[in-house]
Amino acid sequence: MKLVFLIPAFPLLGALSLIFFGRKLKEPLAGYIATLAVGMSFVFSVVVWLAFLGYHSSVFVEHLFVWINTGSFKVDAGLRVDPLSLTMVLFVTGVSTLIHFYSVEYMHKDIDFPKFFLYLNLFVTSMIILVLGNNMLLTFVGWEGVGVCSYFLISFWHERPSAASAGKKAMIVNRIADVGFLLSMFLVIHYVHSLNYSAIFAAAPHLSKSVVAAIVMLAFVGAMGKSAQVPLYGWLADAMEGPTPVSALIHAATMVTAGVYLMVRLSPVLALSPDIAHVITIIGILTAFMAAMAATAQDDIKKVLAYSTVSQLGYMFVGVGTGAYAAAIFLMVTHAFYKALLFLSSGSVIHGMHDEQNLKKMGALRIVMPITAVAFFTGWMAIAGVPPFAGFWSKGDVLLGAFGESWLVWIIGLATAGVTSYYMGREYCLAFLGKARWMPATVKGKKKSAKAVSHSPHIDPHEPSYKMMIPVVTLAVLALLGGLLNLPFASSLKFLDNFLKPAIAASPSYLHSSALTQIVLGSLDAIFAIGGGLIAYFIWSKTFERPALEFTLFKNAWYIDKTGDVAIARSSTKLAEVTDGVIEPKVIDGAVVGVTKLVLAVGILIRKLASGFVRREALVIAGGLVILIIIGGLRGGL
Amino acid sequence: MTQTSFPFLTVIVLLPIIGGVLLAFVPVDKLAKYLALGVSVVSGVLALIVMLLFKTGDAGYQFVTNHSWVSSLGIGWHFGVDGISLFLMEMVALIFPIILIATGDKTKNNTYSAWLLILEGACFGSFLSMDLFGFFLFFELTLIPAYFLIIGWGGKERSKAALKFFLYTLFGSAFLFAAMVILVVIHHSQTGVFTFDITKLAHTKLSYASQVLLFLGFSAAFVIKTPIFPFHTWSPKAYSEAPTSGSISLASIMAKLGTYGLLRFDLNFFPQASYRLAPILLTLGVIGIIYGAIVAAVQRDFKRLVAFSSLSHLGFVAIGIFAFSTIAMNGAILQMFNHGILTAAMFLIIGMILERTKTIDISKLSGLQKAAPVLSGAMIVVILASLGLPGTNGFIGEFLILSGTFIGHRWWAVVALGGVILSAVYLLWAYQRAFHRKAEESHSVIKDMTMKEKLYIAPLIILIFFIGIFPSTMLNKISPSVNLLVHHVQQANHIVKQPAYAASYKSGSAASKNKHSNLNATELYRPGAPTSRWLYAAKSTSNETNLQMKTGSVK
Repeated sequence: MKLVFLIPAFPLLGALSLIFFGRKLKEPLAGYIATLAVGMSFVFSVVVWLAFLGYHSSVFVEHLFVWINTGSFKVDAGLRVDPLSLTMVLFVTGVSTLIHFYSVEYMHKDIDFPKFFLYLNLFVTSMIILVLGNNMLLTFVGWEGVGVCSYFLISFWHERPSAASAGKKAMIVNRIADVGFLLSMFLVIHYVHSLNYSAIFAAAPHLSKSVVAAIVMLAFVGAMGKSAQVPLYGWLADAMEGPTPVSALIHAATMVTAGVYLMVRLSPVLALSPDIAHVITIIGILTAFMAAMAATAQDDIKKVLAYSTVSQLGYMFVGVGTGAYAAAIFLMVTHAFYKALLFLSSGSVIHGMHDEQNLKKMGALRIVMPITAVAFFTGWMAIAGVPPFAGFWSKGDVLLGAFGESWLVWIIGLATAGVTSYYMGREYCLAFLGKARWMPATVKGKKKSAKAVSHSPHIDPHEPSYKMMIPVVTLAVLALLGGLLNLPFASSLKFLDNFLKPAIAASPSYLHSSALTQIVLGSLDAIFAIGGGLIAYFIWSKTFERPALEFTLFKNAWYIDKTGDVAIARSSTKLAEVTDGVIEPKVIDGAVVGVTKLVLAVGILIRKLASGFVRREALVIAGGLVILIIIGGLRGGL
Repeated sequence: MTQTSFPFLTVIVLLPIIGGVLLAFVPVDKLAKYLALGVSVVSGVLALIVMLLFKTGDAGYQFVTNHSWVSSLGIGWHFGVDGISLFLMEMVALIFPIILIATGDKTKNNTYSAWLLILEGACFGSFLSMDLFGFFLFFELTLIPAYFLIIGWGGKERSKAALKFFLYTLFGSAFLFAAMVILVVIHHSQTGVFTFDITKLAHTKLSYASQVLLFLGFSAAFVIKTPIFPFHTWSPKAYSEAPTSGSISLASIMAKLGTYGLLRFDLNFFPQASYRLAPILLTLGVIGIIYGAIVAAVQRDFKRLVAFSSLSHLGFVAIGIFAFSTIAMNGAILQMFNHGILTAAMFLIIGMILERTKTIDISKLSGLQKAAPVLSGAMIVVILASLGLPGTNGFIGEFLILSGTFIGHRWWAVVALGGVILSAVYLLWAYQRAFHRKAEESHSVIKDMTMKEKLYIAPLIILIFFIGIFPSTMLNKISPSVNLLVHHVQQANHIVKQPAYAASYKSGSAASKNKHSNLNATELYRPGAPTSRWLYAAKSTSNETNLQMKTGSVK
């Protein structure tokens, strides 16, 4: 377990070697080195996990060095190994390795190939620090680190103005939320005097209710930014400007789940504040529902997935808010599998379609990309929660928690599950079924001729090479079997629940509901999942134009982002311009100039100074001062 | 106070000044920059040795040299270094050689190098002087080389900019001079001796009213020099018109003279006035943070942008000083050093851009990232450190300042956090406009950093990360002196620190449990209230009832 420092060290080394030798390494070596670095990180995560299974305590802290020390306030750099951080680090490094490998082929011929892998390695390093840090400040280091890497990677194709803006927007929105995280830490410093998690958990029961509530609420504000909750979700849709592997890794599987991780990490504190837990549930369910509705009307293959991610994150927060922390983590892990799968297969589609992302211009791809179609289908089933795919079990656990909390939350959650299945079905149908809309008009409608048409110079959809297929197929298997992590049939089969138990606050008793309830709820989940999917199939497999079902309100994601843009971004630019153009020169400097004029009018000497004598007189002063100082120095004993 | 045999500090201060004077009269244009660099490096190495020999854990002055200068007035050639001035000295020692390497091109003659050396010596002298009169001399001496650097090698409107800078700061100095003389006279009337020794002057007994007046006199010079809102209007013009060397000297080094003066003199001489008037400085600091950031956002001239971002960042330093928390003050001193490093790096890179594209108008630049990836990489590192990314030096300073301020002056810290958001806005926006997008024809093929440029920017970049990861190496040396200073202010205001405080550090101990349970719901939102009475004893005497409200918040 002493080897835990190697987990972040490998990707860091990878990043450093790419900084210095990246341009010499070129393609594809740079990519493979990066993949190897993350792969080694995964290997050592497994090693540490195995060692931890035989460890006598539920927490192991590897102290690295004293980071900040002002005498009265001290922060250590240390890594905390416990079930929660291990779960996180295992799936983060595992999924990252797959996506790194996929990217080697995907980013082929990109001019900044080594730089891409540099950022990816840096990202993984930061993400590992985020989950392994043994105090809030170290978590914050990783938190900001992933944010910056996300900024770099969203604006990776920075010559595209939209990509550059999207990167900046992601960073700024996160920054706004980070103020919450910082304030939360300030309160902890003030009242607990240590940012170590162990210290916080020990002190929390002795703090007043309002302090606890403020700490948790402010941390949640930070989490809302990072995990794109209402109303701070617009940036995630824009983040799709980044290369698709980035969307898969950062904006689906790992970084955006950091907010959920933080809240689960703080669960011993959160459990003390039921009011804030309710707030989290409400925001979570609202986000789940609103984002799912937004996803029903998107035309961009990645934007559907982006809103879907937001929606799933909302579910995770419902889990957090209702005290079903293990369920939230379970959903997070399975979501990482199937959402990475969906993004990577859509990446294959985009790759095959020569950077076309508009669903309305796809169709019938199942014929030319059969494996990708199956992979995407698996992803659809998994996210929809059709048994026995992974999503059924994990979303089921979350909805069970919601059922115990309030029937309203549960109903919205259930309905949203149906919507989820519907919008994913719509996406699948538009991309893979129906008529091929990328064919020339003359042969439109003849499915058989798809192959012939693929010779056309413009569009030539094809399966990617096996290098891109391996990660996709692996993820498809995981999306299918992920449920095995935590099956509800017997308590001995709830591996994840049992493993996580020491690291999180105890779940409320209602989570241990009767077998009958579980069966009924589970069946309802399945019915909604299958029903939503079937509706989508019947509507969208035949047509691709149904404006009546694609509301403008949803297309614009409830206008929240646009409103924010007008209300905040534009008005504050205006404010800045006025400040710069009027207040600064007229008011503040105006006062100075006014005073100066007054003085000038009175003092003849100063008028002289101002009219050209300054130079000479300054020289004289300088000479005098210098001579004085040198004499002083000589007398002083040189 | 420790005495050493070799007069390190005297040599560090005098060498550049004498070197500068000699250089001014020796017409060796080609050799000048090498000679100047040599002198500057020797001083720098000596300063480095001082840092290595500096005793960690000692709060007092070290390497003290004290000789009589003008004995009838009690003026001494008196130098010493403590945790507060140590890294400011190192900052001067590091940055001047870099300036000399970076800007010593063909257009610069021996006078240029001479002025820079004199400026370096004056800066050393200001930070190291333990004699108030000596400080004043050096403080004023910095003005002149800076003025001539702007006049001689500046932009189009240089004379106007230089004049405004000169007069404005001179105006502040007049108050400093008057206040200094009054202080010495009062001290004389009490003790019968004339002295400018700052350790002795700190024992002058002053009525509250005279403390306030003198505090304002001293501060006038310092807030203008720093600058602190609203006394900043000389700076945008001066920064943008000055040559790279001038901008760096003004923003990186001379700005710290102001904040250093506040720390060293205001807090030492007038602890009660400093404490009572702190809300004014805190408020100005916070306004500066927000105001500077807002105005920076719409600047088109890169150097003006740095001027306003400096206003914003120095606002953080100001609140770190006047929050009277050891955490915040440690952060403030660290941040002074950080700001020096970051601003220097920023201006150096802007200088490189100017050299290549002949413009630093952000709206005319575009696509630099593609054309010059290494240069852009350096710029983004500096920008991220400026906006306080964890892992870089900027974060440590900002975090300590804000968390320390939060403990005692909650709402100031909350508003100041706005600066954290806004700094991301204006810096990333500027970066996007100048470095992203497609490059325009004119600068699609510009040269990336040369080897020489990489070499002189490298130490700054390394420091950005080193301090971000191992700040304790510096904080260990800084904190004893800071703790002493904070203690001095507390004593003067009858706030006594409870020794048992350390016990509550380990949570879970019996002591802290009891204390935690004392907290109640209403305390959270009352910044002035003694929220942390269980952390620090709040004893105040007799008529200081008003103070009592605040005592809990000050440590």
